[in-house]
Amino acid sequence: MTTVTFPGAEAPARQHELDVDGVIIAVHEWGDEAADPLFLVHGGSDFGRTYDEFAPRLAAAGWRVITWDQRGHGDSGRAALYGWDADIRDAIGVMTHFTHRPAPVVGHSKGGALMIQLADAQPFRFSHLVNLDGLPSKRPMSDVSEHERGRMVASDLAGWLDHRRSTATATRKPGSLDELAARRARSNPRLAMDWLRYLVTVGAFESEDGWRWKLDPSMRFGGFGPWRPEWTAYRMPGLGMPFLGVIGTEQEPMGWGTVPDQIRPLIPVGGRLEVLEGVGHFVHIEQPAVVAGMVIDFLGGGR
Amino acid sequence: MSTTYLAHNQVQLALHQLQDGSGRPLLLLHGLGEASPTTVPDWIDWPGPVHALDFTGHGASTVPVGGGYSAEIILADADVALAHLGECTVVGRGFGAYIALMLAGARAAQVRGAVLCDGPGLWGGPSGPTSADFVVLAPSDGSAPDPYALHELSKDLRPADYAALFVRLAMEHSGLDEPLAVAGVVRPPWLEAVVREVGVVECSREDALARFAAL
Repeated sequence: MTTVTFPGAEAPARQHELDVDGVIIAVHEWGDEAADPLFLVHGGSDFGRTYDEFAPRLAAAGWRVITWDQRGHGDSGRAALYGWDADIRDAIGVMTHFTHRPAPVVGHSKGGALMIQLADAQPFRFSHLVNLDGLPSKRPMSDVSEHERGRMVASDLAGWLDHRRSTATATRKPGSLDELAARRARSNPRLAMDWLRYLVTVGAFESEDGWRWKLDPSMRFGGFGPWRPEWTAYRMPGLGMPFLGVIGTEQEPMGWGTVPDQIRPLIPVGGRLEVLEGVGHFVHIEQPAVVAGMVIDFLGGGR
Repeated sequence: MSTTYLAHNQVQLALHQLQDGSGRPLLLLHGLGEASPTTVPDWIDWPGPVHALDFTGHGASTVPVGGGYSAEIILADADVALAHLGECTVVGRGFGAYIALMLAGARAAQVRGAVLCDGPGLWGGPSGPTSADFVVLAPSDGSAPDPYALHELSKDLRPADYAALFVRLAMEHSGLDEPLAVAGVVRPPWLEAVVREVGVVECSREDALARFAAL
């Protein structure tokens, strides 16, 4: 078994599986089992253990920190179908397993957007909501003519359908530990290579022909659909729980291009928006001490 | 009737052949909560082979656990059938009409006409954001139709401009003057937008089939 260490990264104190609506969901926990729960929700193509450096800092402040691998991600089961509502139902299943009381929830990227929608639909589950660079913004396509947009959609559609035709037999491409880290660096260019090598050992599996990411090969970026990012934004101003948003200013492939001046009017009354200059999309990985400090302060200090 | 199973990710899709023949196939797409017919419907007069697809969670296709349905993933079901059959004409009922529209736009060069008919699931969900609920359904016994399919696909978003985009893609890439025929009576907002587009003819389903058979 290959082990790679990274300064500050800690394996979860407890790991278990939950059967959520027939789908096996892998859960990871740090901190005192008797402490108040705090939920972390990862972004698309990530997995719970991308919080291995961030979560222990919150656990050290006295929280029982709980995260899970979304269906098809990490150690959770691969599903026949994936969807936004299904991810939210899975989240409800995990949260309900641990508590029926309001709890703090921290979501990164897609996980942040999922939690905005859940907080709007089921506010009783949230004592606080923290969004780490998962605040929606309009797609930067407003100046593209409709004709050209049609062309782009046609190629997007064909590419996505071609991929779906291959999903029954798709496997992830194997590689050495360093090769997988280098591949991930293409979408995570600001993160340290040592961190990415560490992620390989917790987010990939090794077989005779090399390492493969655990992420279901039927999942990929892109696709299309009727949802518009601003519709998630419409759910923000009315949120009633204490709200903290943290965004980085450095644009990178996985980032959402959220512009502070565009998102400020949508921050719930009494909420805070922290803008980290010179930091990219993975604010909690680039600046774990700073962001954990912000979250702990937002939650009123340690437990 | 003979049935072929086609793999789409973890799902085995049942594609039924209702009529033998040569030439361009006709592909039937059922409505929400339905399954494929076991014989060719009386109104259909088609010179070539006739096939009918059971969508994921319907008929003899796999009923998965945990839901996660969207119209787009069902479009991919239909596209797997298209890959198997090659160039074909499509007839959709209700929800299947919406899928037929999307397929006609997404694979415009391979769909030689799509007929949109009334049927279950024609209306779909809202055209924009709504107050949401997230209902966890009781465990299924695995029988079709999947309750999650009924729940999720009946509230699937259908903005009118999104539906109209598929007409424009069909017009741009099919090479047909009128690649879509609306044969139903009911006009939910997305279908109203569709019939306003250039390239959409409103006629009876029989006339629509005759028109596309002649292509």
